[in-house]
Amino acid sequence: MTSLPVAEVTGLIETRELTKRFGDKVAVDHLSFTVSPGRVTGFLGPNGAGKSTTMRLILGLDRPQSGSAMIGGRTYAQLSRPLATVGALLEARALHPGRSARNHLLFLAQTQGLPARRADEVLDLVGLREVARKRVGGFSLGMTQRLGIAAAMLGNPGVLMLDEPANGLDPEGIRWVRTLMQQLAAEGRTIFVSSHVMSEMAVTADHLIVIGRGKLIADCSTQEFIERSSERSVLVRTPDGDRLRELILAEGAQVRPEGNGGDDGVASMVVTGLPAPRIGELAASASVVLHELAPRLASLEEAFMELTADSVEYSDRSAR
Amino acid sequence: MTAVGLLEAEWTKIRSVRSTVWSLLTFVVVAIGFSALISTVISHDWNSPGNHPNHARLLTDPTAVIFGAGLGLGQLAICVLGVLVISSEYTSGAIRASLLAVPHRIPVLVAKSVVWAVLDFVISAITVFVTFFLTTAILHSHVSISLSGPGVTRAVIGAILYLTVLGLFALAIGGLIRHTAGAIAIVIALVIVVPPLVGLIPGTIANHIHGYLPTVAGGLVSQTSQQPADVLSAWQGFGVFCAWTVVLMAACGWLLVRRDA
Repeated sequence: MTSLPVAEVTGLIETRELTKRFGDKVAVDHLSFTVSPGRVTGFLGPNGAGKSTTMRLILGLDRPQSGSAMIGGRTYAQLSRPLATVGALLEARALHPGRSARNHLLFLAQTQGLPARRADEVLDLVGLREVARKRVGGFSLGMTQRLGIAAAMLGNPGVLMLDEPANGLDPEGIRWVRTLMQQLAAEGRTIFVSSHVMSEMAVTADHLIVIGRGKLIADCSTQEFIERSSERSVLVRTPDGDRLRELILAEGAQVRPEGNGGDDGVASMVVTGLPAPRIGELAASASVVLHELAPRLASLEEAFMELTADSVEYSDRSAR
Repeated sequence: MTAVGLLEAEWTKIRSVRSTVWSLLTFVVVAIGFSALISTVISHDWNSPGNHPNHARLLTDPTAVIFGAGLGLGQLAICVLGVLVISSEYTSGAIRASLLAVPHRIPVLVAKSVVWAVLDFVISAITVFVTFFLTTAILHSHVSISLSGPGVTRAVIGAILYLTVLGLFALAIGGLIRHTAGAIAIVIALVIVVPPLVGLIPGTIANHIHGYLPTVAGGLVSQTSQQPADVLSAWQGFGVFCAWTVVLMAACGWLLVRRDA
């Protein structure tokens, strides 16, 4: 697939207290994390959480107010042939629309002293050979994304940073990107990929870094994130809602009504912070009748939304 | 990362977009076409009474007449392309790809300037020489203008140098403003709108300000001889134009390194 050896620079991405403000607005707030080689690390957060800005700071496109970002122990500007160390896909439309796909890759190759045939190789890799000489202004978003991935792979880098690579791709394309990322990670490369779609990351990433409003919310394995998120909620239906609510609140757990709650005198509620068996015991001890006691495997999407609920930049709360 | 690689990359960029071809074609056609047209009209009306000021100017400052019409208009295409060479990278977002490949940034600006200056110089040299030989041939039966005349060779070389520096002047403003339309408006205002307006203000101070405006000063080197109203000599004027360009280019480089891309 690729003809050059993986770059010898170790691919650890490390940010320390990274902070970026645009005017009064804090986009990235004392953010510290590490991205390790050999696995796909998902970078999750709602829109406006600061994912793209963080990536741009690591890549030296934006200057942080304070803190640092290193790749293999060096800042981006210290890399002698950056594209041979780090490949990046940022917003896909960052191309001159009048230039052909091949010429876009050719000029990038020339800056790194790479041979022109390398441009053809990565065009083959992403399946754009037939449109290599077409102007990219006429490309679909999916084709542009593929060209962006080709550009990222140009220098056969040990580190890949992809900002929402699945954007605009059809299901087949999404699967292709996922397989490619996992394959590249298996080769020992560092894959750092952002997304605001949790379910996509659940099947792609081995490790997750979750941010909201520029701050770190979670840094754990995907497995751990799923387990931690899905265990905690239990759906309870009971005709004696008020009594049970008191008992649960007394245990220090949270209760919120579910759906249209009090129909036909049966209250539905979702309990978080208390396992189902314990709720059953509480109900039995107070002789509260339960119609339903169901540990809920909250979808990842829900878990993610709950986790980041306080940090959503643009919410439709007022409409509810 | 080598200097040769960066120059190759900038050459690939500039040759691979259509605006380069269209702008340069417009420049060549307008410059040669208008100068040829004006010369033909002058030649045709040589014996009609209203044409005398041109006769006098043709004797004292022939290059101002033969280049004036064509290069005066054609230079706007150089201004547009000079801006586009850098501003199109910002408006399309391609600048981020460029800066990811060359994170030190300044080498990008230097390589871009060198490649554009060489291209501008070559196209301008061809255009200026064709214009010169074509118009002098058209006027041949009335007035003899040759490169061996006093100041003529300097004015011809000067016109080429003026157009080359003009391209860099436009590039620097394109890099400062980063928006194509705004930068083109500013460059064209500086080149053709501001000078006549300042020229309307009476008094010696205004006259000096007018004389030091970038393209007013820069254009002197394409005149065969210094005119009474000129406050600078040919090379002094060219030096002033170069100084403007260097200052703008330095500001462009300084901001390129400091600003978020």
